[in-house]
Amino acid sequence: MEEKAIRIVNLHKSFGSQKVLNGINLEIEKGKTTVIIGKSGGGKSVLLKHLIGLIKPDEGEIWVNNTDITRLKEKELNEIRIKFGMLFQEAALFDSMDVYDNVAFPLREHTKKSEKEIERIVEEKLKQVGLLRFGDKMPSELSGGMRKRVGLARALSLDPETILFDEPTSALDPIISLTILDLIKETQTNLHKTYVVISHDIIGMFRIADRVALLSDGKIIEQGTPHEVRQSRNEVTMEFLNATKLPVL
Amino acid sequence: MVKVLLGPLEKFIRESGRISIMLIESIIFAFRPPFKLNYIFKQMEFIGVNSVFVIILTGAFTGMVLALQSYYGFRKFSSEGLVGATVALSMTRELGPVLTSLMVTGRAGSAMAAELGTMRVTEQIDALTVMALNPIKYLVTPRIIAAFLMLPLLTVIADFVGILGGYLVGVKLLGINEGAYIGKMIKFVELNDIYNGLVKAAVFGIILSIVSCYKGFYTKGGAEGVGRSTTEAVVVSSVTILVTDYILTSFMF
Repeated sequence: MEEKAIRIVNLHKSFGSQKVLNGINLEIEKGKTTVIIGKSGGGKSVLLKHLIGLIKPDEGEIWVNNTDITRLKEKELNEIRIKFGMLFQEAALFDSMDVYDNVAFPLREHTKKSEKEIERIVEEKLKQVGLLRFGDKMPSELSGGMRKRVGLARALSLDPETILFDEPTSALDPIISLTILDLIKETQTNLHKTYVVISHDIIGMFRIADRVALLSDGKIIEQGTPHEVRQSRNEVTMEFLNATKLPVL
Repeated sequence: MVKVLLGPLEKFIRESGRISIMLIESIIFAFRPPFKLNYIFKQMEFIGVNSVFVIILTGAFTGMVLALQSYYGFRKFSSEGLVGATVALSMTRELGPVLTSLMVTGRAGSAMAAELGTMRVTEQIDALTVMALNPIKYLVTPRIIAAFLMLPLLTVIADFVGILGGYLVGVKLLGINEGAYIGKMIKFVELNDIYNGLVKAAVFGIILSIVSCYKGFYTKGGAEGVGRSTTEAVVVSSVTILVTDYILTSFMF
């Protein structure tokens, strides 16, 4: 049996009277890319934020390395968080810092490395995302796709075990989306980290996924390899997959 | 009906509680290493150094108009000599700290709320949390320490420039006897008046920074939310400063 990086058990979350997560059960395999797809506003981001303790569930458990992180205090949670990286939807780069400092920031705060060592790591990470010469640019000077690449470099900087991606291709044109997806695929293949990606971009996600889970009405209604999900006879899954087909002219 | 009346009261109590908790947390972080000195210095420059010019203008014209107004009043019973003492007492006890705080609220408090609000809606605050760094320690504590230290210093400038402005208008422009002007000022103004004014300024510094940080930190709803937080930060800080001023004055003097 595959080793599990994260195990989500019966997760419930409501905001006011609105039930967003309604009993999520999902296992994320170690060293693989798991993509969670679902409609916009369907609770994908909320689910992702639970995995790193940004939101506390109303009910349920999230197991990371044999620890239920939903019961942890902030200080203990931080010890888990340090093993995670996250690429936010709009990259969430600190706009008071240039690209170099953004990538160096987690290293300066969490390690005792010398500036020279930090420089080596930052350059390596920026090279991985193809932005080596952009260290002195401010985030406001970069395009959306470039910002996401810097966000990925920053997420990789502490060599985390798991990286979470919140809609990595949203608000990007199809060609830039492809380069981001290829970059995700390439870094995952090279580094063998656990990637968890949420998106509504089904076609793109099938390029990078080892495992796919479909979130609908606050529940995971389908999970498996991309091939298995494609063969599914589940009505909602079929509807979702069919919606992405190009119309016949 | 009861709900209409109790709603705002409940909101007020809830917000006061949350602001107090944030303040306590940020004070605890101020004494817990690692100390983010570079962050504090950066904020001291922003809140303090960059406000000097506007504080000089505010202080000078306040002192000048005070001299002018009190001159017209005192002239009616031939006590023009008291203008100096009036200007100096008003500046050091009240107008120096209060106007300085209100100006800094408008200039730096609004910017704090807008910056933190933007960081919230663009998920930069979440990014800090995800990196296992406490956003209050990184964003709120340095601003509170900086405002606490810089407001009294700015008030000293406002007091000095205000008294100087009053002197220029009173003695040079209106021709009040210089000896009487300065003599009465020295006689009536005590060192305690200045000290208490500076204590007030430090308290106002904490108020304006915590309220502005709180409003920015918990911004909701995109660009519109940032605008709302900024406005609320300025209004709530200013009103709280004026109310606190009354309370402090009634205890101090």
